[in-house]
Amino acid sequence: MSLPRRRPPRPTPSLLAIRKPNSRRATVVLVTLSVLVPLGLWWGLSVSGLIQPARYLPTPAATFAAALEMAGSGQLFTDAWASLQRVLLGFGLAIAVSVPLGIAMGTFRAGQSLFEPVIGLLRYLPASAFIPLLIIWLGLGEPSKVALLFIGTVFFNTLMTADAVRGIPTSLIDVSYTLGARTGEVVRKVVIPHSLPGMIDAVRVNAAAAWNFVVVAELIAADSGLGYRIVRLQRFSQVDRIFAVLAVIALIGLAIDLLLRLTRDRVGRWT
Amino acid sequence: MIKLELADVGMRFGDVVALEGINLAVPRGSFVCVVGASGSGKSTLMSLVAGLTRPTSGEVRLDGYPVTMPGPDRGLVLQSGAVFPWRDVERNVGFGLELLPRLSKAERSERVLRYLEAVGLNEFRHALPKHLSGGQRQRVAIARALIVEPEVLLLDEPFGALDVQTKEDMQLLIRKVWRDTGTTVLMVTHDVEEAVFLGQRVVVLASRPGRVAADLSVPLGDHRDLSVKREDSFLALRAKIEDLVRAFHRTGGQGPRQVVAARSYTDSAARTRSAELSPPEPVEVTRPDSRT
Ligand SMILES: Nc1ncnc2c1ncn2[C@@H]1O[C@H](COP(=O)(O)OP(=O)(O)OP(=O)(O)O)[C@@H](O)[C@H]1O
Ligand SMILES: [Mg+2]
Repeated sequence: MSLPRRRPPRPTPSLLAIRKPNSRRATVVLVTLSVLVPLGLWWGLSVSGLIQPARYLPTPAATFAAALEMAGSGQLFTDAWASLQRVLLGFGLAIAVSVPLGIAMGTFRAGQSLFEPVIGLLRYLPASAFIPLLIIWLGLGEPSKVALLFIGTVFFNTLMTADAVRGIPTSLIDVSYTLGARTGEVVRKVVIPHSLPGMIDAVRVNAAAAWNFVVVAELIAADSGLGYRIVRLQRFSQVDRIFAVLAVIALIGLAIDLLLRLTRDRVGRWT
Repeated sequence: MIKLELADVGMRFGDVVALEGINLAVPRGSFVCVVGASGSGKSTLMSLVAGLTRPTSGEVRLDGYPVTMPGPDRGLVLQSGAVFPWRDVERNVGFGLELLPRLSKAERSERVLRYLEAVGLNEFRHALPKHLSGGQRQRVAIARALIVEPEVLLLDEPFGALDVQTKEDMQLLIRKVWRDTGTTVLMVTHDVEEAVFLGQRVVVLASRPGRVAADLSVPLGDHRDLSVKREDSFLALRAKIEDLVRAFHRTGGQGPRQVVAARSYTDSAARTRSAELSPPEPVEVTRPDSRT
């Protein structure tokens, strides 16, 4: 018996061809749509009069005006800088701890046995659940905020770093040994360079998390920062300004991501 | 004089006996090829000699000293090449030299240049591996292994992933390297033609467990070019070894055809191909298609 036959497939439109590049024009149109459609919806909704009172949903123009006003008073920069500083400190500490730990876990079986169980467990504890404890232990000042950022990012970054390190082919390690490298040299000259792009990828993902956590931390108790500003503005229902702060948060996040992506592409030119 | 020696080497992974009772002597300056079907333990043998794993029984000796760990005296080239993708050609080749104390930078780059020239990669010295062809990558791997002046060069199917033309270029290259440097070469391959063309001796591994099934000398002399592959004596020896590989290959799951390789064939002492060979009794030998 012969096998049943299928009719030949209809030609797929080029936009739906798997992993095929689109034309330049199509790409530009799609990217523009992805920005303009949400913006247009926001604008349409804000001028439609459906939302009452109208100031609860400011127009894009009103948001921009509010942002300019806040920038003019310098407030926006002080807040942004305060938040950024916390991220640099908290996430910086997390990187300083998680990268060596992740390398140890990804390189040595002993490191994996020693750290993986406890870190695999701890990462399921939501960082925000630590806020009350951190306030009890560290008070309402800077240390508790930095600690929250640290807790929120260190475990994930460790596990992701370990994964990146584990990706190195055993053959590269074998060959290094036969060329005379000692264990330390293999780690320094082979394991780390090979996993550097992957480690930067991990940092990129967790930088986004850190940027989220700093706003959460400032919602609780702070006297500066973008999260703190949002809470303050809520008291006077200054929604246009809240929108302006949200836009700034998004833009700074985007800038951080871009910076890390550029670094990664530079470092990982060989991939 | 014996350089490399495997004395009753066995290797098991749990229940899998990868190698059993391997006795092999590789004299200084010789070129020995090991052939065997997939799974016969060729790669395992190489990593034992490289010192990357320790045998579960027996001993590997280099110049009489037991091999306990990997080192630059035994250079390794793998099928995948395993070049460092983030290092350009020059820095790949120079890797082993970077580890040496008291070697000036100038001396290092002078040596790198010399070896790049030897493998014909001079104009690619600043290229990243991703921009190289498979053959070029293998040249990098060979130069990188040779530059630290190993006593023994271990080649694990180094040309297995290359097309026929590139493969033959590389065979000529490795012959030239061997003759110029006088290093000892132990090469593993499943390509019998390659083994006969390159080796002074061809060792056939039986599979499950991996044992030395035959050890044949190749009476072709040390000056060979590609045309030798068409000579009758070459073709006859090649066919003979291919029969042996086939005969001593046992795949898993063949159930009742439990065969023990009772006899092994050794004529390396005689160093002639007149030594009598017959296929191992218990296995059916399938003649390969007639070759012209
Ligand atoms: N690390 C390991 N753990 C368990 N079994 C292994 C290991 N390495 C090899 N083996 C087993 O040992 C046997 C020989 O493997 P090996 O890789 O040496 O074969 P090979 O001759 O190199 O094959 P190929 O031609 O396919 O490369 C196989 O049965 C394999 O399954
Ligand atoms: Mg193999």
